[in-house]
Amino acid sequence: MNKSWWKILSFLLLIYTIIAGFLCNVPRLPILNETIRNLYFHVCMWFGMMILFGVSFYYSIKYLRTFQFKYDIYAHCFASVGSFMGILGYLTGFLWVNVTWITDQSQSIGSVLKEPKLIGAAIALLIYGAYFVLRDSFTDMDKRARTSAVYNIFAFAMLFPSIWIIPRIVGSLHPGAPGSDSGNPALDRKDLDASMRMVFYPAVIGWTLLGVWISTLKIRLSLLKDKIDSNE
Amino acid sequence: MNKLLLMTMFLLFSVVVFAQQKVEMADTLRSNGKIYTVVAVCLTILIGLFLYVFLIDKKINRIEKEIGDKK
Repeated sequence: MNKSWWKILSFLLLIYTIIAGFLCNVPRLPILNETIRNLYFHVCMWFGMMILFGVSFYYSIKYLRTFQFKYDIYAHCFASVGSFMGILGYLTGFLWVNVTWITDQSQSIGSVLKEPKLIGAAIALLIYGAYFVLRDSFTDMDKRARTSAVYNIFAFAMLFPSIWIIPRIVGSLHPGAPGSDSGNPALDRKDLDASMRMVFYPAVIGWTLLGVWISTLKIRLSLLKDKIDSNE
Repeated sequence: MNKLLLMTMFLLFSVVVFAQQKVEMADTLRSNGKIYTVVAVCLTILIGLFLYVFLIDKKINRIEKEIGDKK
């Protein structure tokens, strides 16, 4: 039980996220209105994805240093749950776009599709999609683990340029894009007041821990399957 | 000079008030307490999801023990 304290922490943080996220006061901003509360859910998916991809990257390096097969399984499971969170982030983003970017300021669907952060996130997810295809295309276990670990390092190296650096250079519809004062195309720091931060940071930790929990379940299942296969 | 200062102050004040009134928020949803229904629904889903993940966790624990015993 004492080993699973972080699972309980994740549970409590997410309960807190929902209660405080819906009930606490948020800044009254035009266009965004109440949808600013999506910060506690949509943005957390992307943060969780980046952290899980980071963990996957770490285990890929660890695999290449030690050649222990279990690290390849770790890297694969963290990357797959990370991609899943990324897809959830994408889907929730679509819903948010509908009420903030398209209806206002005569933005059309065309201008939304040109949004570099959207394209960058799509590229990043597709690169990770290729990781899973590549990994499944090998029949030789050793070759599979080695090639996919190398590829995973490349995928992680592409992640931050495509979702952070390029949108920062060319401008973005996301709040706080170049031209505004903060120059950080994800969230405008000035839009967040102290009470929002009090919910946002715990929410990021809570969602990430939930992602880690699901990843560990996937890992344990894969290891079990591996054990059964080797016993037969 | 004083008049001018007072005028600009009133002008600014009215701009601020206007900006605050313009932003529509779900205040009725909050004032009549229906927001608590939304929170309750989300909490139920979240607790259900966590319960599900917890049960899978327990099941994997059991299988791990069974396979470990066989060896």
